[in-house]
Amino acid sequence: MNTVAIIVEAPRAGFWRRWLMRSEALRGYLLLSPTLLVMLGIMVIPMVGMVVLSFWTQHAGNTFDTTLTLKNYTDAFTRDMYRILFMRSLGISLLTTLFTVLLAYPMAYFVAFHVKRHKMVWIILMTLPFWTSYLLRVFAWKIILGYNGAINSGLISMGVISEPLTILLYNPTAVVITLTHAWAAFAILPIYVSLEKIDRSLLEAATDLGDGPVARFFRIVLPLSLPGIIAASVLIFIPTVGDYVTPSLVGGTDGYMISNAIQFQFARGNNWPLGAALALSSMVIVTAIVLVYVTVIRRLTARIG
Amino acid sequence: MTDAIISLKGITKSFGAFKAVDNINLDIARGEFFSLLGPSGCGKTTLLRMIAGFEMPTCGEILIDGDSMQAVPPHLRPTNMVFQSYAIFPHLSVGQNVAYGLRKDRLARSELDRRVAESLAMVKLTGFESRKSDELSGGQRQRVALARALIKRPKVLLLDEPLGALDRKLREEMQLELRSLQRSVGITFVFVTHDQEEALTMSDRVAVMGSGRAIQVASPRDLYERPSSMEVAGFIGKMNFLMARLIGSDDDRILVKADGLGQVAANGDKAQLNGAEVVVAVRPEKLVLHTSEPASGSRIACHMHNSAYLGDRSHYFVQVDGLKSPLAVSTQNADAIAASELADGADLWLSWSDDALLVLPADEPEN
Repeated sequence: MNTVAIIVEAPRAGFWRRWLMRSEALRGYLLLSPTLLVMLGIMVIPMVGMVVLSFWTQHAGNTFDTTLTLKNYTDAFTRDMYRILFMRSLGISLLTTLFTVLLAYPMAYFVAFHVKRHKMVWIILMTLPFWTSYLLRVFAWKIILGYNGAINSGLISMGVISEPLTILLYNPTAVVITLTHAWAAFAILPIYVSLEKIDRSLLEAATDLGDGPVARFFRIVLPLSLPGIIAASVLIFIPTVGDYVTPSLVGGTDGYMISNAIQFQFARGNNWPLGAALALSSMVIVTAIVLVYVTVIRRLTARIG
Repeated sequence: MTDAIISLKGITKSFGAFKAVDNINLDIARGEFFSLLGPSGCGKTTLLRMIAGFEMPTCGEILIDGDSMQAVPPHLRPTNMVFQSYAIFPHLSVGQNVAYGLRKDRLARSELDRRVAESLAMVKLTGFESRKSDELSGGQRQRVALARALIKRPKVLLLDEPLGALDRKLREEMQLELRSLQRSVGITFVFVTHDQEEALTMSDRVAVMGSGRAIQVASPRDLYERPSSMEVAGFIGKMNFLMARLIGSDDDRILVKADGLGQVAANGDKAQLNGAEVVVAVRPEKLVLHTSEPASGSRIACHMHNSAYLGDRSHYFVQVDGLKSPLAVSTQNADAIAASELADGADLWLSWSDDALLVLPADEPEN
């Protein structure tokens, strides 16, 4: 019997082995499987749960009515409060993205083109503030912008103002300032990489063909660094729309964003389905905006020349 | 030179203590195909980049068409360059690449398209306007770079080893094409290369450079036939060098006593020679092998050391009494002596014409 069993088993092992070797995709998935399992466990399943939840209704006493309804979505899109919060979140994020890229670009440009040695030291120095906690950095801005903060006491001691300014903190501007600083590293790094990759002989060729420094920047450097700009904007825009720490610490009531509303629904508001509907709507809107943005930028660059 | 398009006056470029270019004085004539030839690190590319304006000379002055380039930035100079890496803009199509330099001229769309098509036709790339640079072969990229530079109708076209990256066959094709293109457009070409054959094939004049200096500036024929030093003679083609002592000279011939050859008359520039120690140089193809003693002329007995068959030619190394190393002899195989008579060790005769020998100063310690 033993011999028979061996004869049956041997070709089967060979079969599996051959099957595995034949498919490169299969081997790839096998290699990925630990990550895929984690992704499935903590991303896909909770997301599906959220989607389902967003079509339910919550009654007082934490019971769910599982009848599927679109009411949460109609609330999310028709109530003035949510519309204002959505628009404000998008506005704050777009401004943050814009300012971050505008501020990060010259820094990345400087290191890429004008620093000859120890570039890595410069990059590390620029990202040094990001070695402290996000929360600490937000608090730092609270101290800088606050009623008795650095700016107010500085201006008072210089005699520019007699009373502390109240317009610095607890408004959307404070949120934009804080977020812009908090996310700067995420813009500097991708832009730096894309600038560093540009072949220097292309710059000389542009100069040789009659471009001064400004024309050369807009016709060669900017288009070729667009991948970095796109990466930076997407990296900043997506998470800042969903940020709720910064607005709740420095935003005041005028600086509340959609995530604060979502957080409220899941906590004190006790309306999880509405919170889920708001979160998913926000996700869809952000995805749509990013897709439009990337497409438009790609179209525009095709036309530069 | 009366009609110089480029005048280099005492150009020196130092990087710290290192002199990349050392006091170069040179005139390049209008419409000339001029090559800067030298091994890597001899300063030829630095010199080209100074003409283009990408480097500023440490001292000296560059004139282009009579105007000093001292204060003229590279984008305003009447020169265009073909880069070694071609530097094709990767985000632009071939047409946009070629039209790149014309934007300032604010041409009408139709005129622009016409100029681009004309320029592409010149480099035989008609119809390639909408291709992207990553859809081009090495040779095609090179042509795009050429069309892009020529469309500006520069006074001088600078070429930085443009054929270096191409394979041999394509390179030879492009050499001829570049040469005829240069003749038809009539623009002055300044061509940097380390390939002596390339420089000889294409140029009207060549400057042989070494350690930042221009060692000799002459036509390809003069460089080959009348090199001014052992350095040039050794760099351009093959050359046999024999130690010799100066004996005297009559009107245009120099008498020397050369190792192995005895007392011979040779060509040379008397003014150049300092001291009695000189070198006699002779090209391998100017030595003729015989199986028996020739009736007349300069001749000497020798025997075969070894040989190499190269298809169209054969190289022989023959030993002459009194010489430490064998002499190289090159023969066209069309008029070859039967191989059996040229076996290693065979006794042979070597002859040369009166013009074959050249006396050079023996002041090159590197050789």
